[in-house]
Amino acid sequence: MATTKQTTRTKTVLPAVKSGQKKTVKSTTAKNVRLTNTTWAYAAAPESADHISIKEQYDLFINGKFVKPSSKKYFATVSPSTEKKISEVAEANEKDIDLAVKSAKAAYDTTWGKMPGKERAKYIYRIARLMQERAREFAVIESMDGGKPIRESRDIDIPLACNHFFYYAGWADKLEYAFPNRHPKPLGVAGQIIPWNFPLLMAAWKIAPALATGNTVVLKPAETTPLTALKLAEIIQESGLPDGVVNIVTGFGNVGAAIVNHPLVNKVAFTGSTPVGKYIQKAIAGTNKKATLELGGKAAHIIFDDAPIDQAVEGIVNGIFFNQGHVCCAGSRLFVQENIAELVIKKLKRRMETLLVGDPLDKNTDIGAINSKEQLAKIKHYLNLGQKEGAEMYQSNCALPSKGYFCKPTIFLHTSQSHRIVQEEIFGPVLAIQTFRTIEEVIEKANNIPYGLSAGVWTDKGSKIFNLTSKLRAGVVWANTYNKFDPTSPFGGYKESGFGREGGIHGLMGYVTL
Amino acid sequence: MMHFSQTISIDQLGVEERIARFNTRSIKKASKVQGLKLALSMIDLTTLEGKDTQGKVKQLCYKAQHIADNLTHLPSVAAICVYPNHVKTAKKSLMNSTIKVASVATAFPSGNSSLKIKLADTRMAVDHGADEVDMVISRGQFLEGNYGYVSDEIAAIKEACGSARLKVILETGELSTLENVRKASEIAILAGADFIKTSTGKISPAATMPVTYVMLQTIRDYYDATGKMVGMKPAGGISTAKIALQYLVMLYETLGDAWMTNEWFRFGASSLANDIVMQLAKEEMGVYYSADYISKD
Repeated sequence: MATTKQTTRTKTVLPAVKSGQKKTVKSTTAKNVRLTNTTWAYAAAPESADHISIKEQYDLFINGKFVKPSSKKYFATVSPSTEKKISEVAEANEKDIDLAVKSAKAAYDTTWGKMPGKERAKYIYRIARLMQERAREFAVIESMDGGKPIRESRDIDIPLACNHFFYYAGWADKLEYAFPNRHPKPLGVAGQIIPWNFPLLMAAWKIAPALATGNTVVLKPAETTPLTALKLAEIIQESGLPDGVVNIVTGFGNVGAAIVNHPLVNKVAFTGSTPVGKYIQKAIAGTNKKATLELGGKAAHIIFDDAPIDQAVEGIVNGIFFNQGHVCCAGSRLFVQENIAELVIKKLKRRMETLLVGDPLDKNTDIGAINSKEQLAKIKHYLNLGQKEGAEMYQSNCALPSKGYFCKPTIFLHTSQSHRIVQEEIFGPVLAIQTFRTIEEVIEKANNIPYGLSAGVWTDKGSKIFNLTSKLRAGVVWANTYNKFDPTSPFGGYKESGFGREGGIHGLMGYVTL
Repeated sequence: MMHFSQTISIDQLGVEERIARFNTRSIKKASKVQGLKLALSMIDLTTLEGKDTQGKVKQLCYKAQHIADNLTHLPSVAAICVYPNHVKTAKKSLMNSTIKVASVATAFPSGNSSLKIKLADTRMAVDHGADEVDMVISRGQFLEGNYGYVSDEIAAIKEACGSARLKVILETGELSTLENVRKASEIAILAGADFIKTSTGKISPAATMPVTYVMLQTIRDYYDATGKMVGMKPAGGISTAKIALQYLVMLYETLGDAWMTNEWFRFGASSLANDIVMQLAKEEMGVYYSADYISKD
């Protein structure tokens, strides 16, 4: 599985020096000791994949065992960076889901729902520690299966996922303190459906608080990125967690629908697209099922003229190019105050040239592969649409690998609220840039969108930050930074970005009755 | 570039985050060797002690020319950096080489003296043959807000330098904030600095990556505005090959190829060269050898 390619990266193209410039200092240069034509480039630095184990075939994890799907069907999971099959996973159907939900229900009734919090905590801690021990293996598989750069899976996804388990393990025996005098009780079986952009992290966000509050789980990972969830299933098995407490089932949309519609499911937790979120709400209408939905976003990222500009440029890059832009809270609508727009865009363009796009397993890669062929097609559709709409497209000059699904970091200039590339979630490394004149104008435009998941503000003035955080209709507002996550911090949306919060003490609320 | 009375806002945490990103770059194999050789060629081999003698300076000059004769294809360092009274000795010792002689001047390291004495100090260094002058700014005047004074002083020293290149030491360890570092960098550049330099090496902290990053951004902004290049010299505290490579990554991704030469970037260091030689020897031989094989002049 290891990438053994030893090629040297394409040279980063930075502005050349004007030829006349060197002459003026020629008399005083030490030209003989100068290493001439030093075009430095980073040699390939692939993370080793020797230590990981991936089975050729994965079954469904139901009632503590890996079982064959009743359909007897398996589907391939493909590496988006090589287009090669990594493994194949079971395709569940309604029958399997029925089995999984019933196992979860039985585990809830017989063991988990009755177990004291401090006992539950021990299991959750154990899972966290086992994950931590195998963090590097998780990181490599996450990058192979999903296309994200190893730097991110190693430094962000996996450590954060472990931390979620650690954090909620701590809450398990303290629920009475989280909700004083309100006697929190678990709901029962939680059906959880997670997306492909942060596969293991989203599994952790969902499973950890559910277990801490005494619920049992049926979780469905996304069909393009099932492997780390299945590795997690192995760890759960190893941890000795009672059978049926966590069930992990792979498959397509019908599997998700079967979970949502199963009568024994008490709670639906979903992270994904807004249309599916709407479907879920319709499906559970009239039932007693609770839900938390974390849906799409089109975040306003606002740069005022008193901002620390060079750091703001870093924030813009982090906001839209983190995880190839496959982030529901990505800062995809940039608002730059008009008097600094030229400067910011110039600096942003230059910074984009230093972003290395390519092999997700290379430690120097900044932007990896687009998660799937379908997603790449969707992004390309928007690149064409943006140009057709008359926005000016700029892409960095990087070379893309010949195999795999890749997209250059892209910005669109001269856009307005009326452009569809401004209105719709692209879920790729594509930034739409608008300018604004006044604070009132930018607040109005920032809120002028059906979504409300996140926003960012860059200014040197504290009072301006507080003014905006109270007026922006977004679940998370970052000030002078972007895309920061922590288990202790609640995360969730307004409007069509969903409801309910995950993370922090708020994250417990979705899994208890009070 | 703004007026000196204004302050460009810089977010310390944001800068540190960017530095952390530079430091995740993995520099291996050919790019490591290339980077280490480049770093070696950028060193201003320095001795700035009260106990400096002719003997010491001569030994250092010999070392500069023969850093490790047992290894192949090593570049020599860029310059020797000494006090003004040792310039003559250094110049004579380096007669047959292309290695430059840099001299600190202007009441180094505190800079607490009159302009007249600083000018005389500078002229002495230049008259004795210094190719480069490393001056210190008047930090007291800067912190009092007398930016005009600081600027005029640099301009006067620049004039006294003649054809010698002027490196302006900001002594960032005494400037406290990154905003001040930015402001002092702008003052130095606009007053005619050929290089801006972080530290004397006599104050802790000396060079740090955040400070150097802010100075590199200032150089970048000045280049964007005027098309003129200015050099950068972090000095003090850069003692290992690994740190030097991190600085080169930062230089590469902030200013680009054009600055990746000792014409525009220097390390002020005394022990860095030996660690680089150690690492290059390892690349050549496959194993680390004893530090006793590397001369300690």
